[in-house]
Amino acid sequence: MTLLLALVRRELALALRHGSDTVASLLFFLVVTSLFPLAIGPSPTTLGRLAPGIVWVAALLATLLPLDRLFGADFEDGSLDQLLLSGLSPLGIAAAKSAAHWLLTGLPLLLAAGPIAIMLQIAPARLPALLAGLLPGTITLSLLGTAGAALVLGSRRPGTLLPLLLLPLATPVLIFGTAAAETDAPRPELLLLTALLAAAAPLCPLAAGAGLRAAAE
Amino acid sequence: MGTNVLRAEGLAAIRADRLVFRDLFFTLAPGGALIVRGPNGAGKSTLLRLIAGLLPPAAGQLCWQGENALLDLPLHARRIAYLGHQDAIKPALTAAENLGFAASVSGGSIAEALAALDLARLADLSARLFSAGQKRRLALARIVLSKAPLWLLDEPTNALDLAAIACLARLIAAHRAAGGLVIVASHAELSLPEATDLTLG
Repeated sequence: MTLLLALVRRELALALRHGSDTVASLLFFLVVTSLFPLAIGPSPTTLGRLAPGIVWVAALLATLLPLDRLFGADFEDGSLDQLLLSGLSPLGIAAAKSAAHWLLTGLPLLLAAGPIAIMLQIAPARLPALLAGLLPGTITLSLLGTAGAALVLGSRRPGTLLPLLLLPLATPVLIFGTAAAETDAPRPELLLLTALLAAAAPLCPLAAGAGLRAAAE
Repeated sequence: MGTNVLRAEGLAAIRADRLVFRDLFFTLAPGGALIVRGPNGAGKSTLLRLIAGLLPPAAGQLCWQGENALLDLPLHARRIAYLGHQDAIKPALTAAENLGFAASVSGGSIAEALAALDLARLADLSARLFSAGQKRRLALARIVLSKAPLWLLDEPTNALDLAAIACLARLIAAHRAAGGLVIVASHAELSLPEATDLTLG
């Protein structure tokens, strides 16, 4: 457990040194969401109706952005071998990487989503459900993303392969996430999102761990 | 580390459908050293990765204290300090920070490990500014830090100057004197007294 925390700390320290990489996905999220009022016009009724979908799609795409470096840098410079030989199980490495990815990408997105949704004229009553859905949703996306990043590791074009692999897998999160923010009684949708998280939490690190072992061969 | 014995029984490795080596036998007792020699592409690195558990053997068995070593890989990993061709150094971190994770694995002292490789002065310097030889020494400091009984060193003398090679020889001797095991893949001459030679290819 202390090793897991040490690995998360190492990831965070590295991310802070590479500050531009870290804020890139947040900036991407802000820019993409700001493009929608420009493209579809500032009419509050149209924007307000589209706001949950815009926030969710932009968050999904922003989550993908840092994934190719999640294991890529460690794979190229030999650090992955050292991690696998640290005594941590591959599953533990993947779990720590997921946690770091969420702290560096999911959490800032979650914090920015509220102001962005208000900028997009979301109905105030819908905002809590949107954010409540984004919490389990972004964690699930980080877990899925870690698994995807580990599985495409060592392939010739990981950057192209990764979105093609992940976006279909992420559709349930997107569907229930936006649905939660478009109904007056979002409880079933939020429970389904939590169920997705509960399924992803053990399965994704397991798949990611297998991918890491395979990549190290 | 008194009873640590590594034994290879008929190891074989296949890479990309090509047989790299087969029927490899050796035994390494506490304090023992094995030098793996052979031309480029003979499978020296493959053998080291196989012993580290990063690569499953195509045939044969690797035994540690008489038991199959590769059954529990995370446990096996704790016996090993591995130096690959790559130094696994993060240029964004300082020398001391680069060893931070390894220190939390072993509980060893970063300052002592850096001093052992004559890097104490550079502890707070960003590894981006390091020369190839200094990076190699930093990677070797990680080995010293690990406290693992079995050192696997893949071309450890790459980029090292003569003083650093002498330093490495002293560190290996000290590790062996404490009952540790060393396997070195090298085409350069590294003087290890009473080492067994294993020639591949």
